[in-house]
Amino acid sequence: MIDESTVNHVARLARLRLTPDEQQVMREELSGILEHIDAIRAMDLDGVEPTTHVIAVENVLRPDVPRPGLSRDDALREAADVVDGSFGVPRMD
Amino acid sequence: MSLRDLSAVEQIAALEAGETTSLELVDAHLAAVEADDVEAFLAIDAEGARARAREIDAMPSRPALGGVPIGIKDALSTRDVVTTSGSRMLEGFRPVYTATCVQRLQDAGAIVVGKTNMDEFAMGSSTENSAYKNTLNPWDHGRVPGGSSGGSAASVAQRQVPWSLGSDTGGSIRQPAALCGIVGMKPTYGAVSRYGLIAFASSLDQVGPFSRTVADSALLLKHMVGRDPMDSTSLDWPGEIALPTATDMSGLRVGVVEELMGEGIEPGVKAAIEASLRTMEDLGATVVPISLPTSLSGLATYYVLAPAECSSNLARFDGIRYGPSVDADNLLDQYEITRGDLFGPEVKRRIMLGTFALASGYYDQYYGRAQKVRTLMVQEFAQAFEQVDLLASPTSPSVAFPLGDRTADPYAMYLADVCTIPVSLAGVPAISIPCGLSDGLPVGLQLAGPAFSENRLFDAAHAIEQAIAFDTRPPGLAT
Amino acid sequence: MSAYEPVIGVEIHVQLSTRTKMFCGCELSFGDPPNTHTCPVCLAHPGVLPVVNEEAIRRALVIGLALGCEIAPRSIFHRKNYFYPDLPKAYQVSQFDIPICGRGEFTAIREDGSELTVGITRAHLEEDAAKLTHEGGRRAGAEGSVVDFNRGGTPLVEIVTEPDLRSGSDVATFLRQLRQTLLFLGVSDCSMEEGSMRADANVSIRPVGSHELGTKTELKNMNSFRFLERGIEAEIARQERILSEGGRISQETVHYEPETGHITSLRSKEESHDYRYFPEPDLVPVVPDPAWVESLRAEQPELPVPLRRRMVAEMGLSAEDAEVLTESPELVEYFMQAAALADPKACANWIRGELRAQLRETGEEPWQSKVTPAHVAALVDLLAAGTVSVPAAKEVLAGMIQTGDQPAAVVESKGLAAMDDGDLAAIIAELVAANPDQAQQLRDGKDKVLGFFVGQAMKQTGGRANPQSVQKLVREAVLGE
Repeated sequence: MIDESTVNHVARLARLRLTPDEQQVMREELSGILEHIDAIRAMDLDGVEPTTHVIAVENVLRPDVPRPGLSRDDALREAADVVDGSFGVPRMD
Repeated sequence: MSLRDLSAVEQIAALEAGETTSLELVDAHLAAVEADDVEAFLAIDAEGARARAREIDAMPSRPALGGVPIGIKDALSTRDVVTTSGSRMLEGFRPVYTATCVQRLQDAGAIVVGKTNMDEFAMGSSTENSAYKNTLNPWDHGRVPGGSSGGSAASVAQRQVPWSLGSDTGGSIRQPAALCGIVGMKPTYGAVSRYGLIAFASSLDQVGPFSRTVADSALLLKHMVGRDPMDSTSLDWPGEIALPTATDMSGLRVGVVEELMGEGIEPGVKAAIEASLRTMEDLGATVVPISLPTSLSGLATYYVLAPAECSSNLARFDGIRYGPSVDADNLLDQYEITRGDLFGPEVKRRIMLGTFALASGYYDQYYGRAQKVRTLMVQEFAQAFEQVDLLASPTSPSVAFPLGDRTADPYAMYLADVCTIPVSLAGVPAISIPCGLSDGLPVGLQLAGPAFSENRLFDAAHAIEQAIAFDTRPPGLAT
Repeated sequence: MSAYEPVIGVEIHVQLSTRTKMFCGCELSFGDPPNTHTCPVCLAHPGVLPVVNEEAIRRALVIGLALGCEIAPRSIFHRKNYFYPDLPKAYQVSQFDIPICGRGEFTAIREDGSELTVGITRAHLEEDAAKLTHEGGRRAGAEGSVVDFNRGGTPLVEIVTEPDLRSGSDVATFLRQLRQTLLFLGVSDCSMEEGSMRADANVSIRPVGSHELGTKTELKNMNSFRFLERGIEAEIARQERILSEGGRISQETVHYEPETGHITSLRSKEESHDYRYFPEPDLVPVVPDPAWVESLRAEQPELPVPLRRRMVAEMGLSAEDAEVLTESPELVEYFMQAAALADPKACANWIRGELRAQLRETGEEPWQSKVTPAHVAALVDLLAAGTVSVPAAKEVLAGMIQTGDQPAAVVESKGLAAMDDGDLAAIIAELVAANPDQAQQLRDGKDKVLGFFVGQAMKQTGGRANPQSVQKLVREAVLGE
């Protein structure tokens, strides 16, 4: 069972605000899922290399040639807050 | 017989023969799309579709896909057409670009009529995690269509479109295809560009077709595959996807995955699969049992890797550059309230799980180990394909389940993908075709092959399809 | 002598001056209106994917080779996950355990001529963040910040050193010469003011003789080497004060305020960062072709530090000459072309001295001016041959800057050729006659008075007298030598 402080720490890392009820449910559900997942912690994996890609491809590179991008209007058109051609964000503290 | 009963290949032939026009086809399908009896669509682009149909009808010669309508999963970016990925996080979002695979199909003459419903950010197996609505199974409106590409599957089964696009991370094309009684194909990882597919788990995501015939899926895939300079993991498909013509399976060795035919598989599903194995033998295939022991760890492996990648992929959603945002007067609130309010419960669950699996102190135990299990899975599949040409199993352990049946228990929902996940982890192609009914509901047969064996899969599936002659028309669908 | 020894390592971020960004085809720009160089990829729109810029790989390799780094036969990218408005994906694509360039070493030369060797831990590729401006933003009427994504996604090479440095002045020496080296490689503009080169220093102190590392603080983002040097010295002093008073150093990020000389804490690292690094699934490994790496090694230009050694040892230049002339690759090239044609030491003097002084008015650099290296060499030769005097040569130079003519042509057109001794002798005779007191002083053995005659002769001739000739002729006239 993962504890409350772990749930809170992970929620903060993920920038998810959970209500107290959600925290409790999350704790129970994650604990339940982790019990199933624990199967892989018991496996003998000594000497096994990790797989990041199932395809054996390397050196996929792009020539340093400019491509047309977005107009500023298109870049900003879905933004919640536009300030003089820039994206507005709330103050940080 | 209405235009909507024709397969895509038949519709193209009718267009070529001058028996119909693209506009007529689009109008016929749009009527069903707009009625939307199974709640398959999130957005409809009637005007855009009709305009494009008129354009194509006016062309001196028709493009390869003729001007036939298609439905697109809402996980694929379509310029100026609202794209939500089933989430409130993208409510009203109009993308500034179109996904490569969609663009290729449009260039080849496919006409997008709308965007189909899905589990939020493709996380789910019933489409009940959509932030907008439940899609109904055309075979039984009290049941789920599967997921996450439930809208794409239901729309094809309901004959609102002859074909559609879905995306498959752990089974999100194959499982809903099985539950809706249609064909669904997950190509080799890298065969179709992911550029414009709103990422769930990057190392597993693939775009693929839904259709009512095997040949239609092959035709759609043929026009999507190939390297895209915008996707570093996309590959040149060796050769060309051919339209299947095979009517037998002589010379093919089929391995039946023992681990996926035992506990947890519904008896009715198992019976239908066994019947189709006999059909394969009748068609000349050699059917042998084969063991893939690591597949039993597939679900656990997947539920580390996919949430971990999703926790990072979904971090960009913060309400600043796009999407709705909440009123926040400082940055932390901006992030936490936007994401806390606008993500649904399953998405939050997976982000939490994935963040945990990558966190300091847990990485080696979870993510690191899961990547190693994936290595074993890849090796096991490679060894299996030294002995057999194809692997066979059920696509889903059960037929379509009632709406609301599994929403309270996340892990019960996860089990719906137990047969499809090992294939996803191995990165190989697989197809699901309807092979019979259990209690009046469709059962899907999954065939998997080695990387780039799409043509072999289509041929085998075509032979079985012809032999079984499954009727894809849901019983309640008016003729 | 302090009881403590400072231990300093630095992290340097270098923006590569490629045409396009690290992972998309947007053009790099500086000073353009905000958000005019963006695309769905660098704005992190849903569904986009990165593709590596080949030129960024090439430049990272060039840097690694110049720093003597081991080049990784296979390197991969990782995602570094954290939320900040200047990081649109909420992860930075960077490198983690397998950087493209591994261990290396860089040797700089201190002012006193001694060598300063610094271990390089690694040099890796990553993408730059966007530009976040804290003032001027507003949101729903409240205070806020604004983000400009033009810079977001610029290729960066991060160079990390071993904690081998022991003083602020060594850090400044190392960084200046590293910067020079990078300029010679042509990989970056390396402008501290514009932020295309940024340095952070990790500073700790330990009792002299100890080999354990103390708690370090991170001195962030100084925009000049001078401030960084002063900041490090101030931070060392602060740490010494704390330890000598029995206090403890807390691991934190600090900032140096040049106006007051004070160190302030930016934020305590109590909420420790957990970047959740994992291999970037959207990118494939980079496996540089060994033949490519070898050709880059072969094409490497002569770098400033070895070049300076050679200038002193083989060309007779002073250490200071060498330092000044290796300031930029263009200046070295200019000097080398002149030095190939005439006396290197004299060329060095004229280029770093009079030429640069005269060009200050127009703001041009020597290689941008009308004066070619061949002109400089020709002028040096004219001087050596006694055809012009030094003051005349300065005028010739001024003429060349204006017209771009050959020095001989300027001498001709301005009539600056040194007078022949016959003409000069008549003038000297008059001068000696007109100044009997000074002539007597010379007879009394006061050689200093020769300077008076040279000055007078110059005045009379409009600078065309050769000072050596004047001295010789005055002696002949007065002393009969």
